[in-house]
Amino acid sequence: MDYIPNTEHDRKMMLGEMKVPSFESLLKDIPAPLRNFSLSLRQGLSEPEVLRVLRDLSGGNISTDAYISFLGAGAYEHYIPSVVDHLASRSEFYTCYTPYQPEVSQGTLQAIYEFQTVMCELTGMDVSNASLYDGSTALAEAALLSLRLHEKNKIICSRAIHPEYRQVLKTYLKGLHTEIVEIDTPEGITDTDQLKKMVDDKTSAVLIQSPNFFGCIEDMEIISTIAHKQGALFIACVNPISLGVLKSPGEYDADIAVGEAQVLGNYINYGGPYLGFFTVKKEFLRRMPGRIVGQTVDSEGRRCFVLTLQAREQHIRRQKATSNICTNQGLLALRACIYVCTLGKAGMAELANLNIQKSHYAYERLCALNTVKPVFKNPFFHEFVLKAQGTIPVNKINEYLLKKGIIGGLELSGFYPELDNCMLLCVTETKTRESIDRLILELSQI
Amino acid sequence: MNQIEPLIFDKTSPGRRCFVFPACDVPVKPITELLARDMLRKKEIKLPEVSEIDVVRHFTRLSQMNYCVDTNFYPLGSCTMKYNPKTNEEAARLEGFTKLHPYQSVEQCQGILKLLYDLEQMLKDISGMSAFTLQPAAGAHGELTGMLIIRAYLEKKGEKRRKIIIPDSAHGTNPASAVLCGYEIESIRSHANGLVDIKKLKEIFTRDTAAIMITNPNTLGLFEKDILEIGKIAHTMGGLVYCDGANMNALLGIARPGDMGVDILHLNLHKTFSTPHGGGGPGAGPIGVTDELASFLPVPGIKAVDKLITESIGNDVQKEYILHYDYPDSIGKIRAFYGHIGMMIRAYTYLLSLGKEGVCKVGKYAVLNANYLRHKLEKQYDIPYGKTCMHEFVISATRQKKKGISALDIAKKLLDYGFHAPTIYFPLIVEEAIMIEPTETESRETLDAFAAVMIQIASDIEQQPDRVRNSPKTTPISRPDEVKAAREPILRWDKK
Ligand SMILES: Cc1ncc(COP(=O)(O)O)c(C=O)c1O
Repeated sequence: MDYIPNTEHDRKMMLGEMKVPSFESLLKDIPAPLRNFSLSLRQGLSEPEVLRVLRDLSGGNISTDAYISFLGAGAYEHYIPSVVDHLASRSEFYTCYTPYQPEVSQGTLQAIYEFQTVMCELTGMDVSNASLYDGSTALAEAALLSLRLHEKNKIICSRAIHPEYRQVLKTYLKGLHTEIVEIDTPEGITDTDQLKKMVDDKTSAVLIQSPNFFGCIEDMEIISTIAHKQGALFIACVNPISLGVLKSPGEYDADIAVGEAQVLGNYINYGGPYLGFFTVKKEFLRRMPGRIVGQTVDSEGRRCFVLTLQAREQHIRRQKATSNICTNQGLLALRACIYVCTLGKAGMAELANLNIQKSHYAYERLCALNTVKPVFKNPFFHEFVLKAQGTIPVNKINEYLLKKGIIGGLELSGFYPELDNCMLLCVTETKTRESIDRLILELSQI
Repeated sequence: MNQIEPLIFDKTSPGRRCFVFPACDVPVKPITELLARDMLRKKEIKLPEVSEIDVVRHFTRLSQMNYCVDTNFYPLGSCTMKYNPKTNEEAARLEGFTKLHPYQSVEQCQGILKLLYDLEQMLKDISGMSAFTLQPAAGAHGELTGMLIIRAYLEKKGEKRRKIIIPDSAHGTNPASAVLCGYEIESIRSHANGLVDIKKLKEIFTRDTAAIMITNPNTLGLFEKDILEIGKIAHTMGGLVYCDGANMNALLGIARPGDMGVDILHLNLHKTFSTPHGGGGPGAGPIGVTDELASFLPVPGIKAVDKLITESIGNDVQKEYILHYDYPDSIGKIRAFYGHIGMMIRAYTYLLSLGKEGVCKVGKYAVLNANYLRHKLEKQYDIPYGKTCMHEFVISATRQKKKGISALDIAKKLLDYGFHAPTIYFPLIVEEAIMIEPTETESRETLDAFAAVMIQIASDIEQQPDRVRNSPKTTPISRPDEVKAAREPILRWDKK
């Protein structure tokens, strides 16, 4: 199946009309040696055959729906209402390009405008862009914005920021003559005394994630004050679902709030595509990376939407652009927008609360077991760290759990050697009491 | 349907609900018992309070204001708006993929890892590159990854080179990606024939040049026929060749960048490999590299290893797919997790469907369609570069501009005829540029219909230019005031 409508007959007619002797003559600019190869691809398949292969491959994975999963760590399972899939599957949304022709793209443009509003409302920030690739690159872009803003070359970040985000940050900043300083997190939250000592007038920005990688809620107000005292930007990396209950970046005076919005109506999809969001205070608007949709009027005075402030972008500014991003995560932003509208004002608050209630129920009961022990005592959102007490290592515990139909928490020693035999468990609203109790029962027996 | 759809926020009616969660089945505690009071949000969140039918109608109506590939022809140059097969969508939505967590152990993910591994092998085959990473999120992200690899490679050799050469016809992401890595851009003017000026290139490619970033076929739709020479110039100076493969559709089954002296290549799965554009994304921009550069790829990579299975009837060796971190010179991580898996599933499905013969037909029919359309329009419009083209061509509306009608006017008039507009004002080296890429998934009849409209527009411009002004008139809105949008930015809804 090749999706090519023109037949051999069409081809002949077209070449005839062009008075071209052969198709090959159209390729005369390609040096002959380059034409000399053959592909080892297999023969094409029909739709039923292809889908059989794909179903087999899909079946070769253990879906988090078939098992009970307690994995989180930056990719979170939340229930996605049917409305989201149905609306986002409309091909009017998914088979169009970036809205370069606003007259025939008002659907996409208005939806992005609504997405921007949703993100501003959740974060309490003034403006949002139309999306970046994912949470990690959004954080890196935030650091880059701060570095473009002033002549300072030090970026301070907490060790409790997602380890992969910190690795991405390093990759992005390497070669830009920047120093990245990491602050310890002895009790599962950033050491503010150490932070105070490290922030100086060379500090471009302070980067903190809250809830952080361990699930703990950071003291964002104090950290914000520490950063601002030295003239550094305060960059908050947040989970939008937590903002239904937790204090918003706008309330603790963050300059930039970024994060991963996969949680808003997008599947975990083995890690991607996800949805980086990027929100700022008004004063940084013209330095923001990525696309932005704005409201205006058409020639007849009707309200409408366009891509705006494009003088920041690569297609106009080339090497002077605020970022190299072009294609972004449009369809995922649409899904996020539909998801939040579907849950609504009350639903978003309920959702955050449900995550807190369920995770705390699990935490308290797990802490009562002899086999595991909590590692940090600080308040958390929907994730927490436990240390196995017996002689059985975490990977063996997870193997045991898997046999019982449970996907256990993430083993932490790979990212944090000092946290050996520890696992990070996440409990979202998708876990019933029964499934949590099963985890407790199994862990009590190891 | 040409009515303004109110914002969903303006449809709010207090207390209205759409989705409800199951009742909390664990004992509920007051939130202040679990979290400190000063951690809690005080600011109200003004989100819509609407019913399910409100949400469904709102977004359905919005969708109806969009033009898309499924509506009609989308000749947007450089964007390869080919048909997005429905089989791909069905495959990508299978639960074994969508509900898989990136931190599940590899034994739980053998299906997807095999798919990714096989996709890498297919892309290697098609492109002629030796090793791939599927991780970059889009073309521009692939460029950035490529630039990081170039820098790391040269640094390992103890060289600190400062410059990247980029033709003036290149896409804006090219220079933007190179500066992100701290490089200076040296722009090279295209030769009068629209190709890289080889003489000039020889002069400016020095030991301070890290690489040339080239697009082949270039954005004029022309094959860089001196590509082998370009490679030689770069390599003689110890530099590298980066190829922007956004235009790979032209070459499928026809030629392979890996045979052209290209060291690093990015592909756009959302162009060449039929994954949908989603109204702006997500895409995917895998990059392929030569053997010499493989050790610099971002982590993790995917490997197939032999696994001994002991069974009662005897031993058996099976392939096991694993994520590995042993790229000794790796540039590190370029994003969290492993990339846009959903896009990779679609591209893989597409390649399985096409197979070898299908892939070879893509390039041929893409080139045939473009040349056919070019031929149909070359009398009425100026086509400043080339006599034939690859997968796309660029018209210059200078003749029409003299009559007071710009490329923009022509683009907007096309909307009234029910066609999407081509890319306009790009590449920057063509005045009043109109860049047309038909792709192979369009029929002769569609091309004829589009050509007839373009010819009609050209003839109207000659005889009654007023007919072409002030379009579009039949679309949900007329031309927006973009200046106002930028001068007085309104970027979000606010309660009145
Ligand atoms: C020639 C060329 N290079 C690079 C890009 C950037 O790719 P992406 O939008 O996927 O980042 C594009 C697409 O817009 C392109 O047409």
